[in-house]
Amino acid sequence: MSQTASAEVKPVVARNQALSWLRQMMLIRRFEERSAMLYQNQKIGGFCHLYSGQEAVAVGSIGVLGEDDYVITAYRDHGHALARGMDPKAAMAELLGKATGCSKGKGGSMHFFDVEKGFLGGHAIVGSHVPLAAGIAFAGKYRNEQRACICYFGDGALNQGCVHEAFNMAALWKLPVIYVIENNLIAMGTQLTRSSAVLDLTIRGGVAYGMPGFSIDGNDVELVARTTREALQRAYAGEGPTFIEMKTYRFRGHSMSDPAKYRTKEELEDAKAQDPIHRFERLLKQRGWLDDATFERFEEEVKHQVEEAIEFAEQSPLPEPAAVYEDVSVASYLPQE
Amino acid sequence: MPVIAYREALNQAMTEEMERDDRVFLMGEEVAEYDGAYKVSQGMLAKFGPRRVIDTPISESGFAGIGIGAAMVGLRPIVEFMTFSFSLVAIDQIVNNAANMRYMSGGQFTIPIVFRGSSGMAGALAATHSHRLEAWYAQIPGLTVVLPSTPADAKGLLKSAIRSDDPVVFIENEVLYADKGEVPEGEHLVPIGKADIKRAGSDVTLITYSRSLHATLAAAERLAADEGIEAEVVDLRTIRPLDLETILASVVKTHRAVIVEEDWPYCGIGAGVSDRIYRSVFDELDAPIARVAAKDAPIPYSRALESTMLPSADRVIAAVKEVLYRG
Repeated sequence: MSQTASAEVKPVVARNQALSWLRQMMLIRRFEERSAMLYQNQKIGGFCHLYSGQEAVAVGSIGVLGEDDYVITAYRDHGHALARGMDPKAAMAELLGKATGCSKGKGGSMHFFDVEKGFLGGHAIVGSHVPLAAGIAFAGKYRNEQRACICYFGDGALNQGCVHEAFNMAALWKLPVIYVIENNLIAMGTQLTRSSAVLDLTIRGGVAYGMPGFSIDGNDVELVARTTREALQRAYAGEGPTFIEMKTYRFRGHSMSDPAKYRTKEELEDAKAQDPIHRFERLLKQRGWLDDATFERFEEEVKHQVEEAIEFAEQSPLPEPAAVYEDVSVASYLPQE
Repeated sequence: MPVIAYREALNQAMTEEMERDDRVFLMGEEVAEYDGAYKVSQGMLAKFGPRRVIDTPISESGFAGIGIGAAMVGLRPIVEFMTFSFSLVAIDQIVNNAANMRYMSGGQFTIPIVFRGSSGMAGALAATHSHRLEAWYAQIPGLTVVLPSTPADAKGLLKSAIRSDDPVVFIENEVLYADKGEVPEGEHLVPIGKADIKRAGSDVTLITYSRSLHATLAAAERLAADEGIEAEVVDLRTIRPLDLETILASVVKTHRAVIVEEDWPYCGIGAGVSDRIYRSVFDELDAPIARVAAKDAPIPYSRALESTMLPSADRVIAAVKEVLYRG
C-alpha cells in the first residue's frame, strides 16, 4: 500500500520562506562542491559523502519542523546540518579538522553535531542511528512534550537489523518520529534491485509495522514539505511514526573516493536534468516569486558565505594535542595506559 | 543492618533512584509484567507503572539504541540485558553510540545510561549463555565498567552508576543473585573507580572481582588456617577506570600478586592489570605475577567440565604457593 501525498498546487509556505529554502539549497550545493575541491586538495581527510542532488529532501522536510523538534541523520550529513541552521563556518572547520569545528575536530564529515539547533548527528554506522531516533522521540513522549524527531537514512540502511527493531518499537509505542528514507537508488555501489527483495520500500518500512507509508518525489521540495508536515501533525497528535520514502539521486559518488563506475553517464545526465534546485527555481519564477536578479544575488551570497567559511576554517587553529583526552567522559578522565 | 539478597539490593538501588529522579526509568526484556527474568525488578511495575518500567520486544540492539537516544536528550535510562551474553547483538550501540557520542560531538552530548544484567558461568548454560564480557567493554574509552561482588556493593555501586553522567556497563553475576549480606538502608553510595580491600594481609595480594571474590576469600581463609599465609584480597569493583593506587599500595606491601578472574586469560583483565603492575612496580615484586582464569576454551555444558573452568579455592591456593615458592 504505497500512498502518494495529494498533489496540491497551492504553495505550502509564503514567498519569503520559499525563497529562503531555495537559497538554502543553493548554499548546500555550493558548500558541497567546494568541499569536493578541498578534498581533492587533501585539505579534507577521511570519507566525505556529498549531498549534491538531494537538497530538496533536507530543506523541504527540516523547513517545516518546529524549533523544539530534533533532527538526526546518517553520515551524508552536511546538507541536513546546514538546513537545520548550522553555521557553515563550524561545518567547514570540522571538515578541515579544526578546533573550531562543530565537533571540535573529533568527528569529521560523518559526525556533525549541533546541540543548540537540535541537530543530533551525523552517524556513520549504517542504520545505527535509527534506534536513537526512536529513543529521542521516546523521551519527548515520556516528558509529555509536543516534540518530534525526524530521522534520515539511505536505502541501504533498510537492510540492517536494528532499523527494523526500531521501526517495530516506534510503531508499538506510537513514538513521535518521522522516518525518512532518502532513496537515491544506490547503496554505495549496490543498486536497490540487487539488495532489496521488495522494491516498494513503503512495504518494508511502513506497512510491515502498521505505519503510514508514503513514497514521494524527493526532488520536489514543496511536496517534501507538505508530506513531512502531515507526518509531523500525526506525531504531535500522538498517532505515532510515519515512514516516508523520498526518491532522489546523488550527483556524486558514494564518497569522494568513489568514481561511480556502476552507472552510465546518461543516467547521471538524466538525473541532473531533474536538478531539484533548478526545478524549484523554475517553479518560483513561474509563480512570479523569483526573478533573475534575485537568483543571481543568491548565487553571489552563497558563494561569499562558503568562501567566508573556508577562510574561517583555514585560519582556525588545529586542536591542541591535549584535546585527545578531552570530552571522553563527564567524570574526570583517567586514561588506562 | 538489614541482611538482604544481592538481587534485592539491586532492586533497592533502582527503586530509590527512580523515587528521587523522574528521569530514571527501567527498560528491558521481561522487566515489567514478568517481574524480571531473575526477579531483580520484582514489584517495580506495580510501584512505578508502565511509563517507567517498560517491557521490550527481544530486540537488544533496538532497545539499547532507544535508551541511548533517550539519554542524548536528558533521560537517565537503565537498560537491562537479561544476560550480558545477549549484549553481543547490541555491542555496536554500546560502543559506537553510547561510548563515542560525547567525544565525537566535541562534548555536546552526554549519555547518562546504565546497561545492566547478569553474566558469567551460571551453571550448565554452555557457550552462548556463559559469556564474561567485562574485558571487551573495559577496553573502550568512554565506558565505565563495574562488577559488584556483594549485596552492599551491588546497591551502592548501582546507585552511583545511575547518578553517573557517563555510560556505565554494570555487570552482575547470575550466581550471586541469591547471596545475602548486610546492606545499609537508604542513601548508600559506593564510589565508582575505588577498589575495596575485602581482607587485609601482608604476605600476598590477591586481586579479583565479582563472583571470583568468593573463591578467593575462601582460599585466603584456608591459607591462613593451614599455612599461616596472610593474603590481602583486593576487590576491584570497578575495572574501568582501574583503581591502580589501591592495587599498587597492596603489592608494594606484599611483594607478590595473584590475579583471579572468571574470564579467559588472553587479552583479559588479568593481562591488563599485570601489565600495569609490572610497569609501575616491577622492582617491588619478589615473584612473577600468577594468574587464575577460566581455561582458554568455549564454556562447556556438562557441569563436570564447566566446574574445571572456574577459579576454585584450590586453584587460587596453588597459585599463591607458586608466588611464594612453596611447593
